[in-house]
Amino acid sequence: MDGIVGFLSMGGYWPFVWPAYGAAALGLGGLLALSIRWLRANEAALARLERERPRRSVARSGPAP
Amino acid sequence: MLHRFANPARFLRIARWVVPWSASLGLVSGAAGLYLGLAGSPADYQQGDTVRIMYVHVPAAWMALAAYATMALASAVALIWKHPLADLIAKSTAPIGATFTAIALITGALWGQPTWGTWWVWDARLTSVLILLFLYVGYLALWNAFDDPTRAARAAAVLALVGVVNLPIIKFSVDWWNTLHQPASVLKIGGPTIHPAMLTPLLLMALAFLCYFITLLLLRVRGELAARKLRALQAARAEG
Amino acid sequence: MTRKRRRLFVVLLGMATLGIAAALVLFAFEDNLVFFYSPSDVAEREIKPGQRIRVGGLVEAASLQRTPASPEVSFAVTDMRRSLKIVYTGILPDLFREGQGIVAEGTLRPDGAFEARSVLAKHDENYMPPEVADSLKRAGVWQHREPQQDASGKARP
Repeated sequence: MDGIVGFLSMGGYWPFVWPAYGAAALGLGGLLALSIRWLRANEAALARLERERPRRSVARSGPAP
Repeated sequence: MLHRFANPARFLRIARWVVPWSASLGLVSGAAGLYLGLAGSPADYQQGDTVRIMYVHVPAAWMALAAYATMALASAVALIWKHPLADLIAKSTAPIGATFTAIALITGALWGQPTWGTWWVWDARLTSVLILLFLYVGYLALWNAFDDPTRAARAAAVLALVGVVNLPIIKFSVDWWNTLHQPASVLKIGGPTIHPAMLTPLLLMALAFLCYFITLLLLRVRGELAARKLRALQAARAEG
Repeated sequence: MTRKRRRLFVVLLGMATLGIAAALVLFAFEDNLVFFYSPSDVAEREIKPGQRIRVGGLVEAASLQRTPASPEVSFAVTDMRRSLKIVYTGILPDLFREGQGIVAEGTLRPDGAFEARSVLAKHDENYMPPEVADSLKRAGVWQHREPQQDASGKARP
């Protein structure tokens, strides 16, 4: 088998090997992207609220009960 | 000792320190594992190149179990010690674990078709892993089913603990009953039955999946903390 | 007993009860949890002809027979105690080899042979490169069952 074509054909099993890696990449990458977007949105909204009520937020970030 | 980590500010400090390290280690081991798994390792003497599916399938399946164990442990800590972070850790674990489980099932089907000759069978191993996916989905659904987060947390934690019984069933199903799925190759008495050239990429990918889990878990807990604070502030504003 | 202690106790007790209950249920339903019967199980359970079951075992060496110009094959599976003749019409999976494990689904015929509707290959937990497998065989330290004859033709397409 020569070079890149041989590699991509995976000994004839390419219809199984590549979708498996693709599914894993899509799942892990997708969840990571969604999580980061959600984290940023939450932190941005929080920062906006805290700018409006700075004293309140200082009191709330003290030691937990 | 638990309460040393109960302080969200301290937790955030630790998380901010850990995340860059776990993310970098995950990227490095993932790149090495992908290279070795796809190009730098031999095909199997019987399965040929389909064996390369193992390098994503097995780490995903391991982490599906590890994530569930984490979720159940955090749920127990939340129920027993009322640890204020434990609920959020358990909740943050669920979507990651569900993703690992789904990946294990999909890659397993793609591996089963060329080797066994079928995408799916209802044997004890495959069925118990499908139940694991349902447990994750049910856990997340319970969190969303209640308006009061305290009650949601308690109901979800009880479900997580009930589901623990599934973990040994998954692990030992291949030994207890006749299954189509083969028995364990790595975590077994007498040592692994995988050639070192194949074990290396497998372990590297497993490390990468573990780092992914830690990184994403910490990010999601950060998000949950922000969301909780946001809710509290909004409630305070609505009152005042 | 503090409240934390009590909660810990309740959780542990609940988990233990649940574990025992699950073990009992699984034990009771064992027959439904096995994916296939071995040839010995088939003989002991007196399976009636026509009843759909799955049978699994190792393909016996030199037992594979093909009917010329027809997709019908027959072979024997064994669990090292008993063996069972299996008749199948269709394409065998890539991993089908003498010495390898298979699971066949179908019915027993009145003459005692098993007529399979489908044949699945089971593979074992050993993974190694072909060269290593060859050298193990040459050195005579091949530990697990013999997959050497490539009965179904080449495995790789």
